[in-house]
Amino acid sequence: MTKDDCKKLVIDIISDIAPDEDLSAIKPEIRLRDQLQLDSMDFLDIVMELRKRHGIEVPETDYGQLASLESCAEYLTPKFPQKS
Amino acid sequence: MKHTHYDAIIIGAGMSGLAAGIRLAHFGKKVCILERHNAPGGLNSFYSFAGRKYDVGLHAMTNYVAPGVKGTPLGKLLRQLRIEREEFALCPQKQSRIAFRDCGLRFTNDFAVLDAEVAAKFPAQADGWRRLVGVVRTYDDVSLDAQPVSAREVVGRHITDPLLTDMIFCPVMYYGSAQEQDMEFGQFVIMFKALFLEGFARPLDGVRVIIRVLLEKYRSAGGERRMQCGVARIIEEQGRAARVVLDDGVELTAEHVISSIGVAETLALCRSGFTPDMSGLNPDLQNIGQLSFIETITVFNRQPAEWGWGDDTIVFFNDSDRFDYVRARGQVDVRSGVICLPNNFAYGDRTLSEGLFRVTCLANYDQWAHLPEEEYQADKQRWFTAATRSARRFLPPVDDAVLASAQLATDMFTPRTIKKFTGHFNGAIYGAPRKIRNGRTHLSNLYLCGTDQGFLGIVGAMLSGISMANYHVLQGKG
Repeated sequence: MTKDDCKKLVIDIISDIAPDEDLSAIKPEIRLRDQLQLDSMDFLDIVMELRKRHGIEVPETDYGQLASLESCAEYLTPKFPQKS
Repeated sequence: MKHTHYDAIIIGAGMSGLAAGIRLAHFGKKVCILERHNAPGGLNSFYSFAGRKYDVGLHAMTNYVAPGVKGTPLGKLLRQLRIEREEFALCPQKQSRIAFRDCGLRFTNDFAVLDAEVAAKFPAQADGWRRLVGVVRTYDDVSLDAQPVSAREVVGRHITDPLLTDMIFCPVMYYGSAQEQDMEFGQFVIMFKALFLEGFARPLDGVRVIIRVLLEKYRSAGGERRMQCGVARIIEEQGRAARVVLDDGVELTAEHVISSIGVAETLALCRSGFTPDMSGLNPDLQNIGQLSFIETITVFNRQPAEWGWGDDTIVFFNDSDRFDYVRARGQVDVRSGVICLPNNFAYGDRTLSEGLFRVTCLANYDQWAHLPEEEYQADKQRWFTAATRSARRFLPPVDDAVLASAQLATDMFTPRTIKKFTGHFNGAIYGAPRKIRNGRTHLSNLYLCGTDQGFLGIVGAMLSGISMANYHVLQGKG
């Protein structure tokens, strides 16, 4: 799992949660909240979809790590099982 | 003994129960929805009678916003339930009116129309009106622990003309208030946004379209549903809902129980043999609504537009000096009410094949509940005529003979029908006057959703189910 793969998985999740958002031009370093209309219910869903699809747990204290696509990749990539 | 365990049991397959079920099933919970009747939808359902399909409850789906408008309840609901907007096939209203004896206000799904009407007809109130709208726009109406405030009091700080006050309250109360004469301000805000800042829409085929989408989502997410399966009792043990006993005696268990049937109705399940007259025993059990309704429906063999009834989608009418939103003193109070003409949504090049005319008025449950069958039928007939006559005063005049010759069928619900199909004490459509926003009950794993949690309208009901499922089960804050 590379950071780019991880970003793609996060985008897949967001596109299912918020199909009415245009995700084609997301800037990785900018907060998702500042470029997309995502509220706290949507962020909770990103967390829950990560658990459902990939078995990844994000404790509430770490929700801040999901602010931008870049920080998502930084935080989540090591949580995926690494291929040897 | 037959015995099954679930992560969550949901009581009631109405809008809120189905929405809660979809959330939980989507995230892998083992869920079962229990519904006493054979039709889903609860307060907003549909039925067939003499070969015709009817909607009951829903006049229009409120909270409608055009595609692309984000951050409103409709958008949140679609996202949370993973529903594509097109699936609901919503068609917006044409226009609606608040029609009082000497004054009318038109409104549409474009708020500027109502805003201009108020400014033109109540110039001295225009500033106050705009301040009120500002307060409504910024109010946090979905907070789960807001303190109750009187809407009359807040509105009165901005609007001083009693006629304008009554005209604003009339639609807002008719579409959601469980309280007589006043509302909690948070509830007022929810309804004001739903009706005026957002708007009305309907699928051509009515509420069944919405219910079918919900049922299909729930089914495909793996949820289980048992119809004609009422809950007789909830058995408490150590502060928890330990077992749910069905009407046929079967017992189920669950980690969480979410009830959409109302606060007093839910508590009554925990006390065997409870009836509303025993409510003196417990203040929570006195939280029972008093407001019920009748609704007439007339089916015509032509479109209402042929009589000049083609513009209005919904008309909220009142002919008394002050608008009185109270339990009817007689069987029905026809001084005010709501007209719905389901033909008058913008369906594009499609139309409803028959003309429909619905009238809703306040009614008194006690005066309908115990009538012998013959008298009940005669009273229905009598009030059908009185309600439709009263309502027609607010539409362009048409001869009785013309309407009679075009009439194909009629039907009517009374407070008794509401009690039968929803189980709400007193046939109280909008449930308890005091809402339980966080959904908590005296039992740690039993929560409320739907009408008595207090997000109003059908979009509100679905958001209520979603919020309670998220908060108490998925986030585990219960």
